[in-house]
Amino acid sequence: MSTVERQSWDVVVVGAGGAGLRAAIEARERGLRTAVVCKSLFGKAHTVMAEGGIAAAMGNVNAGDGWQVHFRDTLRGGKFLNHPRMAELHAREAPDRVWELETWGALFDRTKDGRISQRNFGGHEYPRLAHVGDRTGLELIRTLQQRVVALQQEDFKESGDHEARLKVFQECTVTRVLKEDAADQGSRVAGVFCYERESGRFFAIDAPSVVLATGGIGKSFKVTSNSWEYTGDGHALALLAGAPLVNMEFVQFHPTGMVWPPSVKGILVTESVRGDGGVLRNSEGRRFMFDYIPEVFREQYAKDEAEADRWYTDPDNNRRPPELLPRDEVARAINAEVKAGRGSPHGGVFLDVSTRLPAAEIERRLPSMHHQFKQLADVDITKEPMEVGPTCHYVMGGVDVDPDTAAATGVPGLFAAGEVAGGMHGSNRLGGNSLSDLLVFGRRAGLHAAELAAALTAGERPQADEAQLAAAEAEAVRPFAPPVDEGADAAPENPYAIHQELQQAMNDLVGIIRRESEMTEALTRLAALRRRAERAAVEGHRQYNPGWHLALDLRNMLLVSECVARAARERTESRGGHTRDDHPGMDRAWRRVNLLCRLDDSQGADGGAVRLERRDLPAIRPDLLDLFDDDELAKYLTEEEVKDR
Amino acid sequence: MTDTSTSYDAHLRVWRGDAGSGGLEDFTVQVNEGEVILDVIHRLQATEAPDLAVRWNCKAGKCGSCGAEIDGRPRLMCMTRMSLFAQDATITITPLRTFPVVRDLVTDVGFNYTKAREIPAFVPPEGVAPGEYRMRQEDVERSQEFRKCIECFLCQDVCHVVRDHEENKQAFAGPRFLMRMAELDMHPLDDAEAQGLDRRRAVTEDHGLGYCNITKCCTEVCPESIKITDNALIPMKERAADRSYDPLVWLGNKIRRRRE
Amino acid sequence: MATEAEPRTGPAGRAAIAQRHLRLDRWWLAPAATVVGLLAFVVYATWRAFANADYYAAPYVSPFYSPCLAESCADMRDGPNWPLFGDWWGLSPALIFLALPLGFRLTCYYYRKAYYRSFWASPPACAVAEPHKAYSGETRFPLILNNSHRYFFYAAAVVALILTYDTVLTFRDSDYAWGHMGLGTLLFTVNIALVWAYTLSCHSCRHIMGGKLKSFSKHPIRYRAWTLVSRLNGHHMGLAWASLASLALSDLYVYLLATDAFTDPRLF
Repeated sequence: MSTVERQSWDVVVVGAGGAGLRAAIEARERGLRTAVVCKSLFGKAHTVMAEGGIAAAMGNVNAGDGWQVHFRDTLRGGKFLNHPRMAELHAREAPDRVWELETWGALFDRTKDGRISQRNFGGHEYPRLAHVGDRTGLELIRTLQQRVVALQQEDFKESGDHEARLKVFQECTVTRVLKEDAADQGSRVAGVFCYERESGRFFAIDAPSVVLATGGIGKSFKVTSNSWEYTGDGHALALLAGAPLVNMEFVQFHPTGMVWPPSVKGILVTESVRGDGGVLRNSEGRRFMFDYIPEVFREQYAKDEAEADRWYTDPDNNRRPPELLPRDEVARAINAEVKAGRGSPHGGVFLDVSTRLPAAEIERRLPSMHHQFKQLADVDITKEPMEVGPTCHYVMGGVDVDPDTAAATGVPGLFAAGEVAGGMHGSNRLGGNSLSDLLVFGRRAGLHAAELAAALTAGERPQADEAQLAAAEAEAVRPFAPPVDEGADAAPENPYAIHQELQQAMNDLVGIIRRESEMTEALTRLAALRRRAERAAVEGHRQYNPGWHLALDLRNMLLVSECVARAARERTESRGGHTRDDHPGMDRAWRRVNLLCRLDDSQGADGGAVRLERRDLPAIRPDLLDLFDDDELAKYLTEEEVKDR
Repeated sequence: MTDTSTSYDAHLRVWRGDAGSGGLEDFTVQVNEGEVILDVIHRLQATEAPDLAVRWNCKAGKCGSCGAEIDGRPRLMCMTRMSLFAQDATITITPLRTFPVVRDLVTDVGFNYTKAREIPAFVPPEGVAPGEYRMRQEDVERSQEFRKCIECFLCQDVCHVVRDHEENKQAFAGPRFLMRMAELDMHPLDDAEAQGLDRRRAVTEDHGLGYCNITKCCTEVCPESIKITDNALIPMKERAADRSYDPLVWLGNKIRRRRE
Repeated sequence: MATEAEPRTGPAGRAAIAQRHLRLDRWWLAPAATVVGLLAFVVYATWRAFANADYYAAPYVSPFYSPCLAESCADMRDGPNWPLFGDWWGLSPALIFLALPLGFRLTCYYYRKAYYRSFWASPPACAVAEPHKAYSGETRFPLILNNSHRYFFYAAAVVALILTYDTVLTFRDSDYAWGHMGLGTLLFTVNIALVWAYTLSCHSCRHIMGGKLKSFSKHPIRYRAWTLVSRLNGHHMGLAWASLASLALSDLYVYLLATDAFTDPRLF
């Protein structure tokens, strides 16, 4: 019999980043009692690391912008694999979500006439990113955090308890989504099972609505811009709860991460550096991006340096520089230059803004970049170029959701928003579209989670049985006494060592450029690592024990990594964040194919834990198709689709 | 240039323990070129001390989770490079002293979250719809500086008002939240006054601005280089003086109010 | 409120660390230097202010004795003596007016930091425990009086105006003929520039100029003034020390001239 403490809430939000907090605010504003569970301290979520801005077609800088243009850019960036309805909702609602932040106290940089300033970014036709210097994510998180506090203050006035209707369980980790019937994949969600880092205490929250907003999976890769939190928790929780993941083969490698010194390798260098005039050069001093403009983008990008340089001051009569191609293109180009032996001393390329802007302007526009390079690499970016290279940054794939409600497919009561949800960005996300995604779909998830919970009477609420809690507890304490089976390789395993091997395998075998044989090798290694992870052992007790936390996170990272590898091996083409050495071209036949990843306990031939399914992507509505030229559509759509128009 | 033979063994003294008891423990750890304190702490975890508790998150100086005291000075572990110290030096790493310790280098920073709740939130201007907010860059710049704050709470830790006098925690919000008051008071569209909320009076009466004796340690430790004292605390003291200590302003307000 | 100091080891669940601090650098150097610098000035200024002699050597008047408001003041042609206090004042005339610049500096935000740290040890340096059992900051008498800084600022501006007048008078020779300069003129000019810079860079001045405004864009001229003062304000500490030194040097220069220890080199 489990002795785990249980409490009851209406809506549980897992994760307190942009999407989680926006969902929680929405649910609480609808009058529902809302609990937020987050692994870090309140206000420390990974969203703070977003630098560039929030993409929203407000048209403050160029009045030609509108949601249709934003939609079109998003689809181009995602190589037409985006869920069209999600991309549409996102483009339509983003401006309202940004303006709303101002009413909660956000202070964006301003235009001359006092409106929100917008900056250029890769793949966006017009200046579109609302920003605050290069710390937009911090502004977003702080604003939402302060909005949460403001709501708590209201509740305090009413009831004398700040946490009466909105409570943040900080430094708590969810290890399981609870179900009405654990054996039935399609049964309703009943709550979550958590542990508290500080004490190691277990507790369960009963709730009919669970919103996953846990972010990404980057910690499965060695070189990443992601923090330790990004262990794919929400992805794995959804799988384990019976929901499928979609598009997991698409992992975005941000073209510009720091490459030196080794300890900071992967830390992000914001795209704003390029948006504000920074250029990429190889060791021969050549602006190599002009050599890498792909056919589909030839029309929209400058043909030479002169035109590109004119664009910064006269964007209406010139085309944008190729440094501002979507991230996948730039990352591949850098990768190719380094492979061809034209890289910088530490294996990257040069990103130079020092010769492009006056020092004072650089310090004003890119203060945290200036600070970061000065502090961590002894490089003064106002005087010398940075060395940069690709770093694992974002996963386009995620929980398969309904575009309008953010409800996970097949599991009533489960919702997902933000990076953990899939579909919105297709095969590649544009910079700036992530923060707007968080707000648009965070709000939608919170709204529909609240509606679902509100529609149930107390008697109708699903309830998880005690056996599920006991099972979750047993799973969580296993690393303190891992099962001992007789055999040569039955020794207890160090979770840190397993994690390092996983990161190395994913980096080397399922990284930026992929090959079938390597991914098969990766799947073999992942299966072996999963068996070893079952024997991961930790010392000490449950009170703030990082080794234990890692041992528990391994399950999630391994599951998600397998989805990535399996889906990537299946998709025999190159598109967006998925580049196959053995299938270098984009194949229109794959355009409408979504790969879904589901949990599979049957243990396939290679010892896998997940299986793949194919599903058609919904057709793009005719009025949305009309936003594109026929010539352009012909590059992406299958012949039947074009014919049907 | 990619020479990794520059590794050496560093001597660390790390505080380990919990609220009950604890003390400094000695370790010898390998250090590679370009590494920061947090890298070395992670190496300790992966080798000798897997249960060494440390709070961290972004490892890029953006989230403000990994504050600790290094050789007695509050710093972010992720932004403190090992090259600051002599290779044969013994580096002492202790948890933030002002807050209750949870375990090892992790402290309970709940004090700060309590204080955050006591600061009245931004009051949106009545009758201005979302999207209709108009503010000039020069009007938002002062508050923007304060919004650079990553809430690492190093200023709260170093401030002697609470660091040396636990009993002042009740009355004193600390530099971070006095700065938050300044941020809101300088927000060009904050409409607190329309709600009968006088931030300039509240900052002294409710949040203990008078305890600050402007000795500037908050500014010294701020990893974001925010000029907390000069740009937030002293201007707030002056604004509070307008309200509470300036007979001329007081008289002027009285007359103006009567006229209205 | 409790006035008992908490024990150093682990109050209220804090980590048990016995040492008052763990700093290895020479943190005591800055407060020690401040003590030496301020004490040197105080000793010198006290001696000179009470001396009631050797404060005028045509055309220079010591800044410590300007304006000179008693009948007993030395005769300075066109100089800043206005015997408002009549002949009953028996003490040094410096003591009448010196209180104002003294008050300005005593309540100055920089000097407050300096003396709180170095004389009060509250705190002696960052993250070094202070020795006091209780602390109430500037919430009570007398330190609450430091909030009067703005009035001393107005007064200091008046004093600076008078010192400016004195400086203009130094463009004379010892026979009061205009259009001349001596080494002292240079010294006085530098001094008055520093005094003005220090006075205008004051935080109260910054507040009055524009810091108190909620919206800068509605007051462009005050915004410019605030921007200028803010720039100066960044050097407030340096200006505080430089102007303190230049005041003492100007006085010393006059003293040396008045006691005939030195003759003023004339430039033209």
